Amino acid sequence: MPILEIHHLTKSYGDERFPDDISFTVNEGEIVCLLGPSGCGKTTLLRIIAGLETADAGQVLFAGRDVRDVPVHHRNFGLMFQDYALFPHKNVFENVAFGLRMMHLPRTEVETRVREVLELVGLSGFEERDVNLLSGGEQQRVALARSLAPRPRLLMLDEPLGSLDRTLRERLMNELRAILKGVGVTAIYVTHDQEEAFTVADRVVIMNHGRKVQEGTPQDVYQNPATEFVARFLGLTNLLPGKVVGVGKGHAEVETEIGRLEISNLGIGNWELGVEATVLIRPEAAGVITESPLADDNAIVGTLVERSFRGGYYRLVIRHASGLHLSFTVQAISESLPPLGASICLSLRSEAISLLPRVQN
Amino acid sequence: MNEWMNGRMMNDKHLLFAYSHIRTFTIRYSPFAIRLLPLVFLAVFFFYPLLAIFRLSLAPQGHLDLAAPAKLVSTTYYARTLWFTTWQATVSTLLTVILAMPGAYIFARYRFPGKSLLQALTTVPFVMPTIVVAAAFNALLGPRSHLNLALMALFGLQRPPINLQHTIWIILLAHVFYNYTVVLRIVGGFWANLNPRLEEAARLLGADSWRAFWQVTLPLLAPALVAAALLVFIFCFTSFGVVLILGGPRFATLEVEIYRQTVHLFNLPLAATLSLAQITLTLAMTSVYTRLQARTARPLQLRPQQTTQRWPTTWRDRALVGGNVVFMVVLLLTPLLALAERSLWTGRGYALTNYSELFVNRRGSVFFVPPVEAVRNSLAFAALTVGLALVLGVIGAYLLADRKSRLSRWLDPIFMLPLGTSAVTLGFGYIIALDRPPLNLRTSPLLIPIAHTLVAFPFVVRAVLPVLRGIHPHLRESASVLGASPARVWREIDLPIVSRALLVGAVFAFTISMGEFGATSLIARPQMPTMPIAIYRFLGQPGALNYGQALAMSTLLMLVCAMGFLSIERFRYGEVGEF
Repeated sequence: MPILEIHHLTKSYGDERFPDDISFTVNEGEIVCLLGPSGCGKTTLLRIIAGLETADAGQVLFAGRDVRDVPVHHRNFGLMFQDYALFPHKNVFENVAFGLRMMHLPRTEVETRVREVLELVGLSGFEERDVNLLSGGEQQRVALARSLAPRPRLLMLDEPLGSLDRTLRERLMNELRAILKGVGVTAIYVTHDQEEAFTVADRVVIMNHGRKVQEGTPQDVYQNPATEFVARFLGLTNLLPGKVVGVGKGHAEVETEIGRLEISNLGIGNWELGVEATVLIRPEAAGVITESPLADDNAIVGTLVERSFRGGYYRLVIRHASGLHLSFTVQAISESLPPLGASICLSLRSEAISLLPRVQN
Repeated sequence: MNEWMNGRMMNDKHLLFAYSHIRTFTIRYSPFAIRLLPLVFLAVFFFYPLLAIFRLSLAPQGHLDLAAPAKLVSTTYYARTLWFTTWQATVSTLLTVILAMPGAYIFARYRFPGKSLLQALTTVPFVMPTIVVAAAFNALLGPRSHLNLALMALFGLQRPPINLQHTIWIILLAHVFYNYTVVLRIVGGFWANLNPRLEEAARLLGADSWRAFWQVTLPLLAPALVAAALLVFIFCFTSFGVVLILGGPRFATLEVEIYRQTVHLFNLPLAATLSLAQITLTLAMTSVYTRLQARTARPLQLRPQQTTQRWPTTWRDRALVGGNVVFMVVLLLTPLLALAERSLWTGRGYALTNYSELFVNRRGSVFFVPPVEAVRNSLAFAALTVGLALVLGVIGAYLLADRKSRLSRWLDPIFMLPLGTSAVTLGFGYIIALDRPPLNLRTSPLLIPIAHTLVAFPFVVRAVLPVLRGIHPHLRESASVLGASPARVWREIDLPIVSRALLVGAVFAFTISMGEFGATSLIARPQMPTMPIAIYRFLGQPGALNYGQALAMSTLLMLVCAMGFLSIERFRYGEVGEF
């Protein structure tokens, strides 16, 4: 049962529309991630839901009620800004207590709740600290505590880890999800970082140019990107044009410039003979073969142009005779790899190749 | 004025680097004597007269004699003067802040067509000479104003219905007119850079917009608000021309009382004592102001203005913006427009009679020469002031640019002192100090440009200093490495970069000199009047022609100052100027 329903939200800026006819729902206690490149309308969407901006068209329903006429301060939604917006003239305690004071709670209750949320975010004992002297990570926690303190019915987080350095971000991602899930709050999380979205979210909504392009669980979206844009955005760059030349039950054959490929992951699409499509080869599709390839082996031959050791695996870039560059991650030992510039033969697993609709220009 | 706003946004590390180089540059290459010039000038023409005031007040006969200070305390008249000075300044300040806050808000948070033009126009009143403002309000609301004449004709009245002349209301109104832009600029500028997310965060946490303002925005604005209010208070506390001309004989601030004691009653010891009281009070307030400026320890997450401003979209936004724009135009521009309009009025129609009369020397005129002589005098004094103020100001700025030296830390407040000292006090000091050996300049026409230079000097320093500090040391180093001598480096690198700031400083000095009234009213020779003095004399004479000539000359002065100011706005480097 969705608690938040977004129906056809649209806001125009001159000729452009950000967001443009966006609809999605969020279930109670669910974390939904809005994922997309910067400037795609994610933040505006949040601000409309929060009531800080008004949409030109569309509806926001919370618990079945249209919130259009509910002023910002009566919505009891939390919003954590990317820059945190901590009140610089108030200390940690006063910042976290602000929302509770607005509810006219008795002093003792405010104190108890502040202590409780500060403990939740791991900042016990920070009450009297000056917020301006905290580290980035600590400020982020204070902002989270401040948003959580009044027990918001919906918590929105706008790039909450955006201004932190990489290592801190990776650590806080998992922690953030644990805290949100522990509290059980319904949350919308905005980010442009795919890894962050996949770590934190139960479900992701991918946006581009103000429009929703795909929605689903992180696994779904990664396994079956709906468009070339989604594939590229998720870091899947081995995309090449192809033509369907054979269709069977659950598998297909496509003709591409690197040869004929067998596909056994057809995803959602319905493919007919002769259709032009985009072929997506996942980086993990390849295995190195040393003996001479058989014709029907989904094998390709190319020149090894880049090779880097990444701990558990190697990342290889090969150049096919057609001039196309493809990159793969392979489990291999150093001895089995040819030197740079030498010819290499790879076999591609048919279940790691899929078809996407070709973008019509 | 808002040095503390800009100073905060500069990159400290970069500046530190820059200073270290300027230090070596100035210390190594400029002759010691040149660097002493501003100090010598201040010593002779500021501290020496000040000292004379002290001496005359406390020891008029050479030994300690507290008769004058005692009179100050024993007579209730002077206590009443101090009381009036204080309360009118307080009320003026409160009124100005209350009326200007909505304007500051719309300037901070909205974009609207014509905004930058309006911003420039709202500052025009601030640079108007007091004498022009007095004449303008006279033209708008005085007994001979068209507003009053129309109302009399309309209702068949015998006397003008609007009678603000010589009431406290016209004083308050003129003070609001003058200082509106101080609050608008300081508070509005600060507000524009304040992160709007803070207020939004408060709203999301359940505060209604009023509570969000009181709990979050107002405390954050407080330093700017208090600084602006204090500055307005100082200006109103030392108000001279407005009170003297618009208030009439019934009202006197300390400043006006000093003038009267000197010019009308010739009670110099008492005038000196009043000056002393005035200096003490204004210096105390100025030091509070500077201390407030320094208290900027709280990082405020300032944001560039593009990200904090929006177009008014709802009807409430539009009403708010529109209402304030109309208010600003009515308050700030109608008096000036009325002045120009009334100056062209001859009684029967519009003509240039009042202007052409300026060239005629009539019998029984208040002048021994045609009034146009006053224009010539003003221009000559202003030219001298520009030259003097530029030379001294640039040397002063170089001394201050080296922030590492202990000297510059001492010099900064000393260079600003003339700003905190009232012009009448200064003029009075000249009368008592510079009229006898070792320095007898009483009859010298040079005294006026010297007084004007003292007032203009801090402005030139403030205009040049930030640009000087902003010159990247690598520029000078590159020039040196490429073979330029120190003098050549200055000519090829410093001068072109500082030139626009110099122009700004020059225009400041020019407009200040053209409009200066307080000091000039005390030291000007009768046969050598300046434009403000001539206007004051015209206003004091009966007859439509004298009144018309006062307005004509005021209009000319207004145009000169407005053009000067608008050219400053054009030449200024973005927001680099320090006031």
